[in-house]
Amino acid sequence: MAEVLVYVDHLDGAVRKPTLELLTLARRLGDPVAVALGAGAADTAATLAEHGAVKVLTADAPEFADYLVVPKVDALQAAYDAVSPVAVLVPSSAEGKEIAARLAVRIGSGLITDAIDLTADAKGPVATQSVFAAAYTTNSRITQGTPVITVKPNSAPVEPAAVAGSVEELAVTFGSAATGTKVVARTPRESTGRPELTEAAIVVSGGRGVNGAENFAIIEALADSLGAAVGASRAAVDAGWYPHSNQVGQTGKSVSPQLYIASGISGAIQHRAGMQTSKTIVAVNKDAEAPIFDLVDYGIVGDLFQVVPQLTEAIKARKG
Amino acid sequence: MSLRIVVCVKYVPDASGDRHFADDLTLDRDDVDGLLSELDEYAVEQALQIAGDYDGDGDAEVTVLTVGPEDAKDALRKALSMGADKAVHVEDDDLHGTDALGTSLVLAKAVEKTGYDLVICGMASTDGTMGVLPAMLSERLGVPQVTLLSEVSVEGGTVKGRRDGDAATEQLEASLPAVVSVTDQSGEARYPSFKGIMAAKKKPVESLDLGDLDIEAGDVGLEGAWTLVESATERPARTAGTIVNDEGKGGDQLAEYLVSQKFI
Ligand SMILES: Cc1cc2nc3c(=O)[nH]c(=O)nc-3n(C[C@H](O)[C@H](O)[C@H](O)COP(=O)(O)OP(=O)(O)OC[C@H]3O[C@@H](n4cnc5c(N)ncnc54)[C@H](O)[C@@H]3O)c2cc1C
Ligand SMILES: Nc1ncnc2c1ncn2[C@@H]1O[C@H](COP(=O)(O)O)[C@@H](O)[C@H]1O
Repeated sequence: MAEVLVYVDHLDGAVRKPTLELLTLARRLGDPVAVALGAGAADTAATLAEHGAVKVLTADAPEFADYLVVPKVDALQAAYDAVSPVAVLVPSSAEGKEIAARLAVRIGSGLITDAIDLTADAKGPVATQSVFAAAYTTNSRITQGTPVITVKPNSAPVEPAAVAGSVEELAVTFGSAATGTKVVARTPRESTGRPELTEAAIVVSGGRGVNGAENFAIIEALADSLGAAVGASRAAVDAGWYPHSNQVGQTGKSVSPQLYIASGISGAIQHRAGMQTSKTIVAVNKDAEAPIFDLVDYGIVGDLFQVVPQLTEAIKARKG
Repeated sequence: MSLRIVVCVKYVPDASGDRHFADDLTLDRDDVDGLLSELDEYAVEQALQIAGDYDGDGDAEVTVLTVGPEDAKDALRKALSMGADKAVHVEDDDLHGTDALGTSLVLAKAVEKTGYDLVICGMASTDGTMGVLPAMLSERLGVPQVTLLSEVSVEGGTVKGRRDGDAATEQLEASLPAVVSVTDQSGEARYPSFKGIMAAKKKPVESLDLGDLDIEAGDVGLEGAWTLVESATERPARTAGTIVNDEGKGGDQLAEYLVSQKFI
């Protein structure tokens, strides 16, 4: 059966959820061959095999951490040359898109980014995308070379599909461009203990209406009662109330959870661009005319300082 | 040494307008006003700041470059009125429908023809929102990519910057020439002054077509595109949701809704 290359996003060997979703999609196209790079790469193998990776290619070298993006492209290209896959799938993170873009240029292939679904027919993969701030859904395919496709988190279920996967070390020779951009310092983001924003099943977001960094505790309390991630509008981020890494929208993270709860957010097009594909949308806003209400499945016109704590208490009471 | 900065700017349909597809499934540009992509204003701003801070042997010069239709001149004018020195417009009927790979080819050739030490891009275009062109440009030009920077500076022959990545914040460094992209966290873009707007009218705008760049028409445009949009459907309007006025029990009602939807 044809092989499909899957680029693995992991943190010291812990495979991140979007990669497991990618394996679900990859199995629609062929046999997944995973490529895991950097510290802990070999530790990913068991999890990947449980989710259908027939082979895991691993490589570790200081270059992966010490230089930006290009060493990973060299490695992915080495895997591509070794496997001759029918498609290359990469998670749609900022870095993932850059890796995919450079690979596409190198191997002379078309590129599709931010797919939200993948199917296959006789002519190859068809990618579904959501465009113009989710006003349209498109189906596209790649007509030249081996399709290189990046896929957004939450685009497919994680499905166990255990195989007796093999692990092989991938031989990588770094080109001269690999060491062009040096990472002189790295500060890992501190974990909040909450789910990753892009991966979370529920996202609870606050905007300008939250009116102060200290008040975000109300949003966090609701999030914690639901086991949710916390998001913020750009207005809240620009005001310094919440970190930029939690911004939802065009220039922040794009999320597609089962449930999105927006409080004190008006629903500007750039915010919608990052959350409109959420399955269920709920909003609390004191302005009945706020555009966010055009999107909601359930909306409360009211003061978030009343509604949100009451909601949190009601959830806690039910959960006991 | 002088410092030659080329800023890649895109002319995009206004995001607050009603963007839709034309019959050939490319973007319909007729019905929506276009403008300089807001995210590329940040790139122009950083270019002007780097040029202003530059104290090498020669001068720093900022050229703005766009690949786009006739109207894309508006985007160049805006960037010139912000303070860029000159502009290059790559315009050719055969470019209609070009995909990211094709655009990166055209930009790379145009950047090389213009001459550069530093290329600055926005983080993503506000219409295509792929965020891939800076990486592609770096690959094609064979120079380092220093991308998605929330802070950038040039010291001597080195570009430095801060990248707020998904898992970590990184301090990056590369030797010039290089390709940089900046985010909307890099600092508010200036408004053109009246003087700037007047001055922009006299600044040179060079027009180039595919022939000037030695690019075959078949390598770009809809024909040359390596991705094919097969269908585009308008997302069905969301079925109108339930909207309730809070009369003291809004939080409890919301909790009941969440229970009914099995979220609790
Ligand atoms: C190029 C570009 C990129 C952008 N990218 C993003 C992005 O990634 N993400 C993003 O979010 N924005 C983005 N924006 C900004 C966007 O246009 C809006 O300005 C922003 O989303 C507004 O945030 P907000 O809804 O929190 O604030 P506002 O629009 O000010 O809305 C605040 C809302 O809170 C309500 N409110 C106030 N007090 C209360 C209360 N006590 N109880 C209940 N409701 C209350 C008000 O009725 C109002 O509707 C971008 C803009 C541009 C130009
Ligand atoms: N047609 C174009 N002309 C000039 N620059 C462009 C063009 N398209 C994209 N760019 C640049 O590439 C960046 C990323 O674009 P994209 O990969 O399309 O999201 C933009 O912010 C611009 O700086």
